[in-house]
Amino acid sequence: MFSLPLDRLIDALVETVVMTLVSGAISFVVGLPLGLVLVGTASGGIWENSWVNKIVGAFVNSFRPLPFIILLIALIPLTRLIVGTSIGTAAAIVPLSISGIPYFGRVSEVLLREVDRDLVEAVRAMGGGDWTIVREVLVPEALPSLIAGFAVTLALLIGASAMAGAVGAGGLGDLAIRYGYQRFETSVMVAVIVILIALVSLVQAAGDRLAKAFDHR
Amino acid sequence: MRKVRGRIGMIFQHFNLLSSKTVAGNVALPLKIAGWPRGDRLKRVATLLELVGLEAKASAYPAQLSGGQKQRVGIARALAADPALLLSDEATSALDPETTGSILALLRDINRKLGLTIVLITHEMNVIRGIAHRVVVLDAGRVVEEGDAAAVFADPQAEATRRLLVSADVSASESHADAPDPARETAGVLALNGEPARDVEFRITLEGALTDQPVLSDLTLATGARTVVVWAKTERTPERASTTILFSVENSTPELVARIERYLRRVGATAERFDHV
Repeated sequence: MFSLPLDRLIDALVETVVMTLVSGAISFVVGLPLGLVLVGTASGGIWENSWVNKIVGAFVNSFRPLPFIILLIALIPLTRLIVGTSIGTAAAIVPLSISGIPYFGRVSEVLLREVDRDLVEAVRAMGGGDWTIVREVLVPEALPSLIAGFAVTLALLIGASAMAGAVGAGGLGDLAIRYGYQRFETSVMVAVIVILIALVSLVQAAGDRLAKAFDHR
Repeated sequence: MRKVRGRIGMIFQHFNLLSSKTVAGNVALPLKIAGWPRGDRLKRVATLLELVGLEAKASAYPAQLSGGQKQRVGIARALAADPALLLSDEATSALDPETTGSILALLRDINRKLGLTIVLITHEMNVIRGIAHRVVVLDAGRVVEEGDAAAVFADPQAEATRRLLVSADVSASESHADAPDPARETAGVLALNGEPARDVEFRITLEGALTDQPVLSDLTLATGARTVVVWAKTERTPERASTTILFSVENSTPELVARIERYLRRVGATAERFDHV
């Protein structure tokens, strides 16, 4: 009853961490510019353009209502195109990123919108261009919130990655379903739950700490 | 447009400093935008912080500064890229009277030392009185009056100007806070009027029946002193009257100063003397 398959647990943990971190990094790198475009093209933004705003907004919205398990299966052709296979940890990163990008995009849009417009005006008055405003004002001023928002995104991805087990991606979710559910090994199920909770708490605590370190407001 | 903007330094009512950058980082930003190399930036920032008296706060963040210090950073930042014009948009409106005084003193200093034109937008009449050479009065976006600051204050033409001056006088007599501190302010006022600062000044206060006496004229006759009134104000309430006069003495000698002091003591005026070096 208490014989835990320890090496399997460790493997699964590593797989989950890899899936989360890689898809998290992709979500950040693509989501942040998406957020900048959404804020910048909104009315009163630095590149005000309602068409671009509508199209990007619609693109972002179209992914968000889809439950991850459906996205996972619907994206199999795309995954195959990018990774070459639709099975395994690498394959799971594609749907995870596709769900993380619009999520973090919206999160960063909300946070970037909170940056005081007077600061943008002040830097404009110095002769600062769009790129200067993005690099010196919008991103640094929103950075503490962006870090906190990224921690929330990572927590979401940890949860989603557990579902990726359904396409044979491995990870903690896969372990919980195969051992804990299908083979009635409750101890594995409990161990996975404990690890997932610990993992999310860790990400959240690290995010809060890092956010605070960058916060000079 | 961006090129022109680079030639205008701006300071704002709410300072508009970047919270994510240190004092030095904020001051360096216009230089970075103008493409200065890092070494030159550091040197220039140090000079500017010294000019506004904030050398010690270079690595502090704006959140750690007081309102007056934040505005000093704002001024240093506005001066960074060596502007042809400094535009001050209600820069003292969020500050208390004392801090306002020190910020104005700094602006006056900059105006003199750097020979920089300052365009100061404000609704505070005391600020204009304290610093401006020329005044333009705007009402609903249109210029309604324009001229020498002293002339406009003495003889306002437009209705809007009169309204502004009346409301300023009301608020001044309510606060009793508009008497200038000669030790700090007067030299500036005189220099702004295009005259050299005089070396001896008196601030006298006359109370009660003395306010109806020609004290200053008598002083001139009795001592032979030639005086220039710098500032004066009479306040009357039903119970009490008082007049404060700030004047300077031309070609003063120690003997003349002693005569003036003796005379003032005799008539019972409260007097303070300020020696300007």
